[in-house]
Amino acid sequence: MAANAYKTTLSRRVEALQAERGDSVKLSEVAGVVESLMTTMEGDISAIDIQMHRELQELADYIRRAKDEIAAIQPQEIPNQHISIATDELDAVVQATEQATGVILDAAEQLGDLAKKLEGDAAAQIDAITTRIYEASNFQDITGQRITKVVRTLHHIENKVTALARAFGHDMQASPAAGAVAKAAEGDLALLNGPQMPDKANSQADIDALLASFD
Amino acid sequence: MAVDKNMPILIVDDYKTMLRIISNLLKQLGFGNVEEATDGSMALGKLRERNYGLVISDWNMEPMTGLQLLKEVRADERLKGVPFIMVTAESKTENVVAAKAAGVNNYIVKPFNAETLKKKLETVIGEF
Repeated sequence: MAANAYKTTLSRRVEALQAERGDSVKLSEVAGVVESLMTTMEGDISAIDIQMHRELQELADYIRRAKDEIAAIQPQEIPNQHISIATDELDAVVQATEQATGVILDAAEQLGDLAKKLEGDAAAQIDAITTRIYEASNFQDITGQRITKVVRTLHHIENKVTALARAFGHDMQASPAAGAVAKAAEGDLALLNGPQMPDKANSQADIDALLASFD
Repeated sequence: MAVDKNMPILIVDDYKTMLRIISNLLKQLGFGNVEEATDGSMALGKLRERNYGLVISDWNMEPMTGLQLLKEVRADERLKGVPFIMVTAESKTENVVAAKAAGVNNYIVKPFNAETLKKKLETVIGEF
């Protein structure tokens, strides 16, 4: 078959695949088309045909290597574990700062009420102090908005990674449960976990009871 | 004409902490008649039920943003003259331009201090 005829055949097979699957043709399927075309190149080989064969072989090899590299990095861990953990922690930060700011504002409001019962410089000074507390508490709104931006970015990355991995034929469902670690840390490193989620953390009372149980 | 410190002021923000901060700062300035809404839709409903002397609104809220609220207020024959101050973390030039085009009276960028709030209020409702 002449080089142009091979080119035409290749184009037709890729178009047929696209017509069947739309824009979500997996690269592994394109590699399959390329490989099947190469097996039909028998007997009628010219110098140009050899060159095209070589290029098609390189393309197929590239696709195969890319697929292996993606499988090796276990892309399903990114959305199912790492991003899930990151967004949970960020949500916990927002909740904790909101609670703490609420307590600070309660105290400031009580100071303001106390100031109304005083006269002169003391009242003015307390008012000035409570004003500074209200001004400083602006931070919670800003940090909340910044964290929301980060969470949105993480979800965007998650969607892109999932789409890319699926394009290479990777099964994103084959994943450990969210929050599980892929490889357990050893020795003292296994004890470095940082703060736990509020619903999973031991309270001071739980820890006191645990310590008492050793007596 | 002296500023009526008893005029009802509507503050709009989806962060309850920010509502408390603005409300307390307004009280310190002598404005005790303050009501709250947590998004543009709720605010629009309140605005249509009673008269307010001033609206102080955040921008980033759902389902209705502060900018959408401002446009609704300016499009409403009965509400179009209500003074409107935007208080927001949105600080880009295009945001300020858009708010101005929509009819905002003044624009405060978060984080802000009490002095800035007082100055911006005075430019909109008069010195007090």
